[in-house]
Amino acid sequence: MTLEVADLQVHYRTLKGDVRALDGVSFSLADGEIVGLAGESGCGKTTLGKSLIRLDGRMRHVGGTAVLDGDELPIGDDKAMNARRWKEVSIIPQYSMSALNPTRKIGKMIAELLRARGKSYREFKDELVRRLELVGLTEKVLDNYPIELSGGMKQRVVMVLSTLLDPSLLIADEVTSALDVTNQRAVAETLVRFRDMGFVKSMIVVTHDLSLVYQIADTIMVMYAGRIVEKAPAETIIKSPKHPYTRALIGALPEVGLEYGDERLQSIPGKPPHLLNPPTGCRFRARCPLASEECEAEPPTVTVEAGHEVSCWKAN
Amino acid sequence: MGRYFRRKLLIYGLTFVIAVSINFAVPRLMPGDPVARMLTRNSVANVESSEAMRGYFNELFGLDVPLWQQYFNYWGALFRGDLGVSVFAFPSPVATVVADALPYTLALLLPSILLSWFVGNALGAMAARNKLLDNGALPIGYVLTAVPYMWLAILLAWVGGIILGWFPVAGGYSFALTPAFTWTFIVDLVHHWFLPFLSLFVVALGGWAIGMRNLVIYELESDYSNYLQALGAPNRLVRRYAFRNAVLPQITGLALQLGVVVGGALVTEVVFAYPGLGSLLLNAISSQDFFLLQGILLFIVIGVLVFNFLADVVYVLVDPRTRLGLEGGQS
Ligand SMILES: Nc1ncnc2c1ncn2[C@@H]1O[C@H](COP(=O)(O)OP(=O)(O)O)[C@@H](O)[C@H]1O
Ligand code: SF4
Ligand SMILES: [Mg+2]
Repeated sequence: MTLEVADLQVHYRTLKGDVRALDGVSFSLADGEIVGLAGESGCGKTTLGKSLIRLDGRMRHVGGTAVLDGDELPIGDDKAMNARRWKEVSIIPQYSMSALNPTRKIGKMIAELLRARGKSYREFKDELVRRLELVGLTEKVLDNYPIELSGGMKQRVVMVLSTLLDPSLLIADEVTSALDVTNQRAVAETLVRFRDMGFVKSMIVVTHDLSLVYQIADTIMVMYAGRIVEKAPAETIIKSPKHPYTRALIGALPEVGLEYGDERLQSIPGKPPHLLNPPTGCRFRARCPLASEECEAEPPTVTVEAGHEVSCWKAN
Repeated sequence: MGRYFRRKLLIYGLTFVIAVSINFAVPRLMPGDPVARMLTRNSVANVESSEAMRGYFNELFGLDVPLWQQYFNYWGALFRGDLGVSVFAFPSPVATVVADALPYTLALLLPSILLSWFVGNALGAMAARNKLLDNGALPIGYVLTAVPYMWLAILLAWVGGIILGWFPVAGGYSFALTPAFTWTFIVDLVHHWFLPFLSLFVVALGGWAIGMRNLVIYELESDYSNYLQALGAPNRLVRRYAFRNAVLPQITGLALQLGVVVGGALVTEVVFAYPGLGSLLLNAISSQDFFLLQGILLFIVIGVLVFNFLADVVYVLVDPRTRLGLEGGQS
C-alpha cells in the first residue's frame, strides 16, 4: 500500500470564513497504481494534490491523515514535510510552463536545487541526461534558459525534474490542459512510461478531462464539492458509473469511451455548491435528478463490488 | 542584439543633435539682451564707448554674424570643447564655470542615489519576508515618498540647521575658509554637504524600498518559487532566486535615475543654497547668461542621454529574457 488517506480535511482561510475545499477525503493507492482524479473545476482536485505535498499560505490542515509507505506525512508542518518532498512525494504542477526560474539556465537551476537538497549534481547528471533523452530532449537544454524552449519542451523538462529522485507518489495536476491534442497524448504516454520504468511508484493524475484520464488510469476517483463521490476501475467508471454525478459527467462527454478528444466537458445544469457553507446531506442534491427526502441525510459510502465505492443513497 | 544597439545609438545621436539645436535656439529666443545687460552692469554711460563695448562683446560672443553661421560656429566650437564665455561670471569661459559647479552636484547626487538604492533595496527585501519590519518600516517609506520633496528639504534645513543648529543651512563651505586640501576644509565641506545629501537620500529611500518589497513578494509568489518549494528547496535558495530576479528592474531603474544626476538637484541646491549646477542654472537664467545656460543644459542633455543609453544596455544585458529575445531565440 503506497498511500492511505483518511478523512482528510483542508480549508482555505478567507475573510468570510473557512472554505472547506477538502471535507473528509479518504482513499488509498496501491503500488504501481495510476489513479485519475476527475471532477468539475472548483471541486477540490488541486487542493487534494497540494495537500499531499505543500500547503500554500492560506491552506490549513484541519484533520485527517495521509500515510505514505507506512510513514505519516506531516501535512501541516511545512519544515518536516521538506524532507519528504521530491524524494517521496513530488508534483508536476498545473503551471509547468512557468515553473522554471526564467533567469537561470536549466542545468544550473537543477544543479543548485540538487545541491540545496544535499545531493551532488554530478552524481545525477548522467541519469538526468538519460531521462531527458527518453522524453525526446537533448543534453543541450541544460544550457538553455527556459525562454529558449517551447511550451511542450518546458513541460517535459519539468516532468523529468519532478521525477528525478524516483518519488513513491507523483501528483500530476492538469498536465495536459495547456497542450494541443498530439502533445496531450505524448504527455499521457510519458506518464505511463515513467511508472513502467519505475521512476515513480504511484501517481495521482488530476484532470477535468475524463476521456484523457481514462486512457492511462487504472482507477478513477470522481470528486464533487470537496468529497470523493465514486471510485472504481477506469473501465467501470466509464462503462457503468453508479453515482448520478458521474453519470452526468459521462453524459457530458462527447462520446462515451472515446479514444481522446479536445472537446471539453459540457457543463451539467446548475452549479456546485459553495464550499464556504456546504449544504448538509448529499452535496449533489440540488442538481441531482434522483434526489429524494433521504438525500437530506449524509449518504453512506457503499461498496457495490470489489474496488467500486459510491457515496449515494441510490447506489444499488 | 547588435542591430538593436545600433538603432538605439542612432536614436540617441539624433536626439543629441536635436537637443543641441534647441539648446542653441532657446536662449536666443529669450527676451532680454545679454550684451546690453553686461553694459549696464559695467555702467558704461558714455554712448560712444558703450557702442565700442557693444561691438567688442558682440564679436567676443560671436553674435556679430548671421544666425545660421552662429549655428555652425556653435557646433564647431562644441567639438573643440569651447562653450563660449560666461556673461554672469565674465570673463571666465563657460566650461570652467560649469566644471567648478559640477563636483558639488555630483557629490550630492551620486552618493545619495547609490546609497538610497542599496539601503532601500536591502530594506525592501527584508520587509518582504519580515512582517514586523513590513508593518513598521514600510508605512514610513510610504510617507516619505508621499511628502513633497521641497517640504521635506525645508523641514530638514529648519530642524537640522536652525532648531538643532547642528548643520549650516547655506553654502558649500564656510565663507571664512578658502578652498584648500586641508583637514579643516574637508570637514567643513562634509558638514555643509550633509543636510542636502540627507534630504536626497531620505526622499529616494522609501521609493526603492517599497518597489523592492513589492518585487520580491511578487517573485516569491510566482510559479517558479512555488515549484521550488514543492520540491523541498530550502528558503535560502527560493529567496536568493526571488531577490536576484526582483533586483533586475531595480538596476534599470538605477541607471535611469542616474540620468538625472547632472541636472537633478535644482531644488536641493536652492533650498540649501548649495553651489552646484542647479544654483548655477538659476543664476544663468536670472542674469540672462545664455552661453552659460547653454553650457549647463548641454551637460544635462549629455548626462540624460548617456545614462538612458546605459539603462538600455543594462536592461538588455542583465536579464536573459530580454537578451535572448533580441538574439532571436524561440518563443
Ligand atoms: N486561495 C484560495 N482561497 C480561497 N478559496 C480557495 C482558494 N483556492 C481554491 N479555493 C476554493 O477551494 C475549492 C477547491 O479549489 P481547487 O482545489 O482549486 O479546485 P479544482 O482544482 O478542482 O478546480 C474551490 O471552491 C475554490 O473556490
Ligand atoms: S444521494 Fe441522493 S442526491 Fe445525492 S447523488 Fe445520490 S440520489 Fe442524488
Ligand atoms: Mg485545479
